[in-house]
Order: sequence, then structure tokens, then C-alpha cells
Amino acid sequence: MMTANPAVRFESVNFSREEMHILRHVTGIFPKGRITTVVGPSGAGKTTLFKLCNGLESPDDGEIYIHDTSIHSYNPVELRRSVGIALQKATMVSGTVEKNLALPLQLQGKTLSHERAGELLDVAGLDASFLKRDVKDLSGGQQQKLSIARTLVNQPDILLLDEITSSLDSVSRQDIENLITSINRDYGTTIAWITHNLQQALTIGDYTWVMMDGEVMETGESSLLKEPQNERVKQFVEGEID
Amino acid sequence: MSYLTLSISLLFVIIPLVLSKTLNLGLEKDTTIAAIRSIVQLLAVGYVLQFVFDSENMVYILLMVVLMIAAATHNAQKKGVAIKGIIWKLIVTFTFVEVLTQGILLGLGITPPTAQYIIPISGMVVGNSMVLAILFLNRFTSEIETHQDKTELILSLGGTPKQAIHSQLIASIQASTIPTIESQKTIGLVQLPGMMSGQIIAGADPVQAVLFQLLVLFLLLTTAVLTSIMLGYLSYPTLFNQRMQLLK
Ligand SMILES: Nc1ncnc2c1ncn2[C@@H]1O[C@H](COP(=O)(O)OP(=O)(O)O)[C@@H](O)[C@H]1O
Ligand SMILES: [Mg+2]
Repeated sequence: MMTANPAVRFESVNFSREEMHILRHVTGIFPKGRITTVVGPSGAGKTTLFKLCNGLESPDDGEIYIHDTSIHSYNPVELRRSVGIALQKATMVSGTVEKNLALPLQLQGKTLSHERAGELLDVAGLDASFLKRDVKDLSGGQQQKLSIARTLVNQPDILLLDEITSSLDSVSRQDIENLITSINRDYGTTIAWITHNLQQALTIGDYTWVMMDGEVMETGESSLLKEPQNERVKQFVEGEID
Repeated sequence: MSYLTLSISLLFVIIPLVLSKTLNLGLEKDTTIAAIRSIVQLLAVGYVLQFVFDSENMVYILLMVVLMIAAATHNAQKKGVAIKGIIWKLIVTFTFVEVLTQGILLGLGITPPTAQYIIPISGMVVGNSMVLAILFLNRFTSEIETHQDKTELILSLGGTPKQAIHSQLIASIQASTIPTIESQKTIGLVQLPGMMSGQIIAGADPVQAVLFQLLVLFLLLTTAVLTSIMLGYLSYPTLFNQRMQLLK
């Protein structure tokens, strides 16, 4: 069963900032070795949910378990390496593509070999000739691809992807979808993927969360998107999915 | 100079007053206040200094230095309200810079241990340290704001707080110390340093005045770099919590 031994488990998680409730009683799982898609209108709290898993934020109360161990028992640095996140903004450090790609290793005092750098770019669908380019000269879509490649450098066993295909054309989006599904298949990496594209959520996901106003409205097999139970979810999904 | 010559020099206050009146510039009130305040404040400082010099009592010298550090801290802390415990960090920084510079000056016998030397030099060191602290804090708080995404990125990839803030810290240290270093490159070409001019007017040998000015310039290099670095390394940890999260 999916619920057995989840990679991430949230138990009644609350998170607020400046008196504003951003997440309310969030309970649910990211099944181990599967792809979970997370959908919902913007401002629903999806990004915040991911930042909690990566340890960039901590819940006010409630618990998060990573591989059945409370998130608080992890060393923050180790947690962040094994729960990798590709942030929504695809932030870059100034300099070349190679510098950005090498960043996760540089932070550990290691270097990234030229070959490995080329391989990673190739995997993310960028040409190896990009290595010496300045990130300033990359398009939004190219930065998203680089951001994914950079997150993969740490070889995380849980991979959180925050709207990574939002600036991509449909060909590139297809490439990234293929890349993520093959990472999941080949390495058994658990993947959680926030997307605005409900079609993508349905086809790529094994499991799906629908969030609204900081609450989890529905979770379950991704096919739930075809027949939502909740009235508001139905409204949200209608028109956006065939 | 006597009080008589000083009162004649009030002509230099009367000239702007008359000009302001005839041209309706409306500067009379502020000019008068400025003139009176400088007379009262500087004369008070002069008498206090004379008293301290005459007594040659280390306790008074120390008291003056403590007052300088307190005033400098009061002025600089307004720029660092975003940083927890900024008052203590400033006090520690100013005190360290003062103790180190005086330690070298007095310890190696560069200047004699008298109020005549300790107080003016401390004034320059603490005053410059304060300016540097303000420059640094201004820059550092804006760097943190603008590069919050970058800090978060590095943390998210498993970087430590120090790694996440490093480039902002270095940029702030550089930006705050560059004016001190740059201004020394052109010194003497455009303008004679005020202290040196004062010494020459008071009758000192120009070369002696230059040597002393050089000592002060070198002192201010140390002051500038040390202030920024100390304040930077004392400040950045307070931006993060125990879980290596950026506090917002
Ligand atoms: N650092 C923050 N400070 C204040 N409010 C925040 C912060 N981060 C997110 N929020 C608010 O929390 C809500 C959820 O944000 P987010 O998690 O980014 O949602 P989503 O990714 O679903 O669009 C939004 O209303 C947002 O304005
Ligand atoms: Mg978001």
C-alpha cells in the first residue's frame, strides 16, 4: 500500500506568519518512491509546504516526518541535501552556468568535474556549450532547467519541484516531464511536484494533493482530479481538465 | 589666539547674517543658533580637556574615552535596528578597536601616554569607527534585503548560514571601507587634512605635522577595516536561528 512507510508525512501542521495562517492542519503524505503532484490556486500555501520539507521553515505546531523520523532530529544541512528543492524563482548566483551547477558541491568544499557538469546539463536538456555562459544571458526556461540540474547535484532521495515548467514551451516541458519520470523510475527518487497544469498533474502524478487557502482539500490517487468529491475542488478543476 | 581676536572673528558670523537679511534668505535664525552652539559646545570641551590635561589622571582620560564610545554607539545603533543586540556589538567593536590601536601606540612607545595624545587620537579612532559602522550597517541591511533569494537558495542546497551570507558580507565590508582607502590616495593633493593644517597653524614644523598625519592615516586604515569586519562577523549569526533558517 502507498500509505505504508511514506517518504514524507505531515501531521496536523500549522504555519503562520505575521498573524496570517498560511497552512492549517495540514495532514497527508508523499508516498515513497512515487510522484506526488500538488495543485491549487496561487496563495494556497504550496511553496510554503515544500519549504517546510526542506527545512527552510519550521511548523508552528504539528509534526513532519521524513522517512518516519521527525524532521527536527535531522541536521539541517543533511536534511537539505537529501530533500532537494528546485525553488519556484529558479534563483541564480551571479556568474557562469558552471559556477551555478557546481554550487552544491562548492558548499561542501568539493569540485564538480567538467564531464559531470556536461552530463548534468545534458540530462536537463541544455547543451554542454552553455557551461561558460553567464546565467544573465539565459532565458527563464533555461534557468529553470539549470535549477533542476543544480538540485540533482546533491543526489537527493526526495526531490521537491516548485513550478519548474512554468516558463517552458511544450517541447521543453515534455523533456522535463520525461526527465523527472525517468529519475523516479531509475533511482526510486520520491518526487513532489507543484504545478499549475492540471493535465500534467494528472498524467505525471501517481498521487495528488489539492490545496486551497492553506488547507488540504483532497489527497489520493491522481485520478481524483477526474472526479473530485469536494465542491470547491470540482469548481477549481472544471474547465481546466478535459 | 585670545578672546579679543575671537570676538573680532565674529565678523565672519555677521557677514552671512547681513547678507541673509538683505537678500531675504531666512538663514538668520539657524546661523545664529549654529554660532552660539559652536561657541558653547567647543568652549565646554576645551575647558573639560584642559581640566583633564592638567589633572593628568588616567581615570578622567578613561572616562572621556568611555563617553566617546557611548556617543558613537548611540549614533550608530539607529542604523542597525534590524540586528539583534546591535548595541552590544557596537560597544564591543568600538572598544576593541580603541584598545588595540592605543595598545600598539602606547605599547610600542609611538605616542606618549598623556592625555594630550590619548584623547585626540581616541576621538579620531572612535569617530571614524562610528562612521564606518554606520556605512557598514547601511549597506549590510540593504544587501540582506536585496539578496534574500540568494541566501535562501544557498541554505536550500545545504549551505551554512555563513556561506549563505558570505558574498553580502564581503560586499558590505568592501563598500564601507573603500571610501577610507580611496580618500587616502589623493590626500594632500586637493586639500590638506584638517588636523595637519591645525598643527601647522599652531606653529608645528610642517614635516613633523606630516609625519603625525601619516600615523593617523595608517591608524584610520586599521580602524576602518577592523570595524567593518568585526561588526560583520558579530552581526551575521543573529540573522539566522538554530535551525539555520533565515529570520524574517
Ligand atoms: N515570508 C512570507 N511572509 C508573509 N507571507 C508569506 C510569506 N511567504 C508566503 N506568504 C503568504 O502565504 C501564502 C501562501 O504562499 P505560498 O506558499 O507561496 O503559496 P503558493 O505557492 O501556493 O502560491 C500567500 O498568501 C503568501 O502571501
Ligand atoms: Mg508557489
